[in-house]
Amino acid sequence: MAEQKASTSIEAVESGLAAQGYIASRQIATAVYLSQQIEKPILVEGPAGVGKTELAKAIAAWSGKKMIRLQCYEGLDEAKALYEWKYAKQLLYTQILKDKLGEVLGGAQTLHAALAQLHDFGDVFFSKEFVEPRPLLQALEHPGGCVLLIDEIDKSDAEFESLLLEILSDFQVTIPELGTVSAITPPTVILTSNSERDLGDALKRRCLHLHIGFPEQRLEERIVESRVPNISQTLRRQMVGFIHEIRSLDLKKLPSVSETIDWARVLVLLQASELDTEIVKDTLNVLLKYEADIEAAHPQITTFIAKATRSNVFG
Amino acid sequence: MRENLHRFFRAARGAGVHVSPAESIDAMRAVAQVGIDDRAILRDALLLTLAKSQDEKLALGDCFDLFFSQPEPRQDQPDADSDDEASQDTDQSPSPASEGEAGGGQPRQELGPLAQMLLSQDRNAIQAAMANAAGAASLSDIRYSTQRGIFSSRILDAMGLQRLRDDLDGLTATNPALAERLRAALDALREAVRDTVSQGLALYAREEAENLRNEILRNAPLARIERRQVAEMRALIRQIARRLRERYSKPRKRQRRGHLDVRRTLRRNAAWGGVPFLTAWKRKHRDRPKIVALCDVSGSVAQVSDFFLLLIHSLHEVVDDVRSFAFSSHLIEVSETLEKKSPEEAMAEIMSKVGFGSSDYGSSLVDFEKDFMSTLTPQTTVIVLGDARSNNLDPRADILRRISERSKRLVWLNPEGRLAWGFGDSEMPRYATFCSVVRPCATAQQLERAVSDIVATYQ
Repeated sequence: MAEQKASTSIEAVESGLAAQGYIASRQIATAVYLSQQIEKPILVEGPAGVGKTELAKAIAAWSGKKMIRLQCYEGLDEAKALYEWKYAKQLLYTQILKDKLGEVLGGAQTLHAALAQLHDFGDVFFSKEFVEPRPLLQALEHPGGCVLLIDEIDKSDAEFESLLLEILSDFQVTIPELGTVSAITPPTVILTSNSERDLGDALKRRCLHLHIGFPEQRLEERIVESRVPNISQTLRRQMVGFIHEIRSLDLKKLPSVSETIDWARVLVLLQASELDTEIVKDTLNVLLKYEADIEAAHPQITTFIAKATRSNVFG
Repeated sequence: MRENLHRFFRAARGAGVHVSPAESIDAMRAVAQVGIDDRAILRDALLLTLAKSQDEKLALGDCFDLFFSQPEPRQDQPDADSDDEASQDTDQSPSPASEGEAGGGQPRQELGPLAQMLLSQDRNAIQAAMANAAGAASLSDIRYSTQRGIFSSRILDAMGLQRLRDDLDGLTATNPALAERLRAALDALREAVRDTVSQGLALYAREEAENLRNEILRNAPLARIERRQVAEMRALIRQIARRLRERYSKPRKRQRRGHLDVRRTLRRNAAWGGVPFLTAWKRKHRDRPKIVALCDVSGSVAQVSDFFLLLIHSLHEVVDDVRSFAFSSHLIEVSETLEKKSPEEAMAEIMSKVGFGSSDYGSSLVDFEKDFMSTLTPQTTVIVLGDARSNNLDPRADILRRISERSKRLVWLNPEGRLAWGFGDSEMPRYATFCSVVRPCATAQQLERAVSDIVATYQ
């Protein structure tokens, strides 16, 4: 019974994402389904360009929620990620309210009494009005929930990671002057990482860990089909086969899905009907981003095309 | 099912996947959501919640396959079973015939539950009984391959082997054919139990065995390590290097904060009339790690030097400026060899150049002073690794004094224990006066601590 429900729901996730142009493997769909059911963030790891950020966009589009994106970089701190006090506004208000001060403190004879009266007014200048919400706080306060994408978390410092822990496990933040702000509707949180550095165990523990690698040939064909619909089937198969051959080489930067899609667009633009050595040589710079890689791939082109065509015939 | 999941978590820990209680709770919740009937989805769900890196995913995937293939070990038996099945059909008719219509089912009733189960070929029941018995015998506590026998017999006992033996004795007298069949079934059962135990060993014992081996290796004296352990040791050293890298490659920012930078603070707050809302801080200057290592590669110290050089040179992210020198009777620079070649090749080359001589600290220090004294700056940590046994030649401690004066710190790592210092031809006490630190460094653990302390002084 439960299985029936789960597998159909996972399929629903898969088709929902597909409707947004994101072809998800079953692992990805399971991760998305689970993260919604047990309200946990997903940590997505994998090489650049396999669609980690796209996944968040697709989920947002599919669930019809707003996407709030926080791009991480070295030196990102809580003032830029969480909240900031509007210093200028605070200062301006104190200037304007200076005259009122006399009235407030009117009856007080001694310094002590004046201070006591001031205390009664509380921390007016440290109230909600003077808080500038940054992406993380925005995400928590957004009514109806949203998709929070914390992009390239591995680029940020270790301290920032610790800052995220409270948000990720309880969907709340503590602002010393205001108290704890909890999410009205827990946002769907997606973190992405290029594995530039190892993330802390505390952070990993709070997330579902999803690794997106290079897709299988079939899946990649479907991705190309959904992204570049006007490419012919033969060419699609051929080019995806060719890219899979390229990935078997020992290169600095392997072409990933985004490069496949770019290349498909280029081939359509050049009105190629099938792969041949000339056109591959001319457009190889779309796939490979290093001179050394292009040189390494050059002598193999003809064999790879032949292989891709052959597998096409039999596959 | 919960029991099964708990056992799976133990198995996962055995496979080297770190499963904390919180993670196991998450996994439980996930499993409650997806159900347990679809194995592929279950696998995905467990991989998502438990594994936290690509390596862990691979390990856990293997572990999952092994764990949930458990009902299968009886697969290799269908031959035996079908034989039994066939013989059962043939047996069935003569036995009631010999004993008469009414007594046909009678001997069965007198048999113990295990015998009945085996005779009726109820495979699921046997499987369940075996799993229960494995639980009762706490198979998940198995740690060493030598325990296989005792666990097998414990499981068989828990399944009621004693009763079966009695039945067998009784049957041999009354019904030899049935006894024969029961005996064959018992053999098959023994085999299945043995398979179960082996699998249990593969599942649960890995972690313990590995930990134990690493623990022993960490505390084994590096100089007397056996040849076959060298590769394992290298792996261990690499592990240590990774740990040190993780600890020191991302220095904490807070520690670097120094005094208030008044000028920058005023400038930054000009908009508010100089009221310091935003503060700017000076940064404490921190030296980049610079290490000069002098390693004795003579005789017994060679192996330790080998591991030490491997460790120091695997710390690229933390210390990018390392210059290494090797010496026994004279001294050469080996940094480049170590950078370019694999550890094995590099060490072989170094050994062929300077190794295996009798050590002469005095002339090696003279070599260093003559050619490389300029590499030392006030930021440099000099590490000397050696036993300070100079074969009664002039130790030239005066050069060591000059080295110490030119550098930030001078650390001497001695593979010999403190007791031996100063006895025989050991010049350690004379050298020690000029060293900031002298510490024994005979095992991988001591090596790790020594290097960790050296790097920490730059944080």
